[in-house]
Amino acid sequence: MTGAPLAASGDAAVRTRGLTKRFGSVLALDSLDLDVPRGSVFGLLGPNGAGKTTTIRILTGLARATSGSASVAGVDVSNDRPDLRRRLGYLDQDPRFYGWMKGRELLELVGRLAGLAGPGLRTRVDATLERTGLAEAGSRRIGTYSGGMRQRLGIAQAVLHEPELLILDEPVSSLDPEGRRDLLELIESLAGTATVVVSTHVLADVERICDRVAILDRGRLVTEGPLSELLAAHARPIFRLRPVLGQGDRVAALATQLRAAPWAKSVEVAAGTVRIDVTDADAASRQILPLVVASGVALTSFEQAQPTLEDVFLELVGPASPDELDGRGHLRPREVDRS
Amino acid sequence: MTGFSVLLRKELLEQWRTLRLPVIAAVFVVIGLGSPLLARFTPELLEALGGAQFQIVLPPPTTADAVDQLIKNVSQFGILVAVLLAMGSVATEKERGTAGLILTKPASRGAFLFAKLVAIGGTLAVATFLAAAAAWFYTLILFEALPVGGFAASALLQWLALMVFAAITFLGSTLTRSALAAAGIGVAAFIVIGVLSVFPSIAPYLPIGLGAPARALALGLPPGDVVGPVVANVALIGAMAGLSWLSFRRQEL
Repeated sequence: MTGAPLAASGDAAVRTRGLTKRFGSVLALDSLDLDVPRGSVFGLLGPNGAGKTTTIRILTGLARATSGSASVAGVDVSNDRPDLRRRLGYLDQDPRFYGWMKGRELLELVGRLAGLAGPGLRTRVDATLERTGLAEAGSRRIGTYSGGMRQRLGIAQAVLHEPELLILDEPVSSLDPEGRRDLLELIESLAGTATVVVSTHVLADVERICDRVAILDRGRLVTEGPLSELLAAHARPIFRLRPVLGQGDRVAALATQLRAAPWAKSVEVAAGTVRIDVTDADAASRQILPLVVASGVALTSFEQAQPTLEDVFLELVGPASPDELDGRGHLRPREVDRS
Repeated sequence: MTGFSVLLRKELLEQWRTLRLPVIAAVFVVIGLGSPLLARFTPELLEALGGAQFQIVLPPPTTADAVDQLIKNVSQFGILVAVLLAMGSVATEKERGTAGLILTKPASRGAFLFAKLVAIGGTLAVATFLAAAAAWFYTLILFEALPVGGFAASALLQWLALMVFAAITFLGSTLTRSALAAAGIGVAAFIVIGVLSVFPSIAPYLPIGLGAPARALALGLPPGDVVGPVVANVALIGAMAGLSWLSFRRQEL
């Protein structure tokens, strides 16, 4: 990695304290306190309008906080600090480029701004184009690129100068499965050497690559911590049954019997699976199978499931009520109480 | 001004790649060639158009007519070109999001702005001096030789006048997110300056007022007091650049 190791502010590569951002009467960020440990792959999660992109835009200097502070590598981001940005790589959720420029030229521009020059720059550009699958397209004008190729170029310009801190806002949104796999492998390869902050809705990706996560909801930090601790803290005993297809009536009868059990919190039948949320895992594990046998339902599988990040996310953020959604199904931002 | 030279190189490449520089240069060469031609043949054209029914008598064309024609054409087309060049320079980058791409890199906002302004100045300089060279050459063929140094100094004053309009439009482009709004500010400035130029006490210090010393220099005549007007117009450009930076350094992108 280029540059000196991340400086003070403890082991935090990113730190925010009381970070608040208002757009008129809308409160987009509400006193956000966040620490991103150096070397971590940090997932920033939350529904639309949670404040993820606003946080990232403040960290990258594109937006200014209404109040509070934010620092990267111990340096306040509120001033125009090009030296700080030398240590930062950023991919916008909708990366924009100069259509008249060739992909290689853009990377050379970014490299020169980062202080690279001569053969070293050319070697770095070649390697980055190869790494992001743009080796052949590098000599083409960006205006001819597809959405996925622009996303790859966005990743290339973010990692070209090997930054200490890489901030990726919705990095897989336009990528095909191969591009997504490549990006996840790239992020995994950076773990321990660079700090990566990734904002995404793809929770499976977060589970694969992130070691810590923060969940935001309408500008507030709901929870933050190591992924494993978060999953353990919100672990609930859940059982899943997968009946052989074509037993609709028997499965419905079994679900009714399960709902009547004293340890059953909820029973859902969906997509060929019976999901049983229980209050007493020991009792349930002893009694579920006898009920299945008694009902005559044939199974393909029976498991006591571990909660996924999606389960935790939905539990913490929860499905929005209709009056919380706007016309496009997005959560309404919170209004500032001026009373 | 971190990143200034890198960004200036990008701006100049953009001027070339998007054909702004070659097209503007070609237009100004045509203006340069056409001005002495128009001065030389206008009396004959009018005579031919008048035919037997009307007789239009004009004095014989002179080198002064060629220079007047050049200064008039460069200022008219030049102001239009200056506004067109500057109107989208910052506003379009803010609107398209490319300003955000550059300014999350190790480049200062000052470098981002001034690389653009210098590139606009460079394009206008190339165009103005090409027009002057073409006009000097055709004046030599059609009339007589004029002093090269005086012609170059004249071109410098014309360029300075155009840069004032470019700088005002540039400020508009920095303040807004709309190239059209920026153009409106440039055109409004042209009108205001035109109105102010009726006051004899301030007219020499306005960009339009640079036309008189530019004419004198091109013809090899004493230009009178040129230092005051030059300083005033340079200060105006500096003020526009400073205001642009003050506005842009705190903007959200």
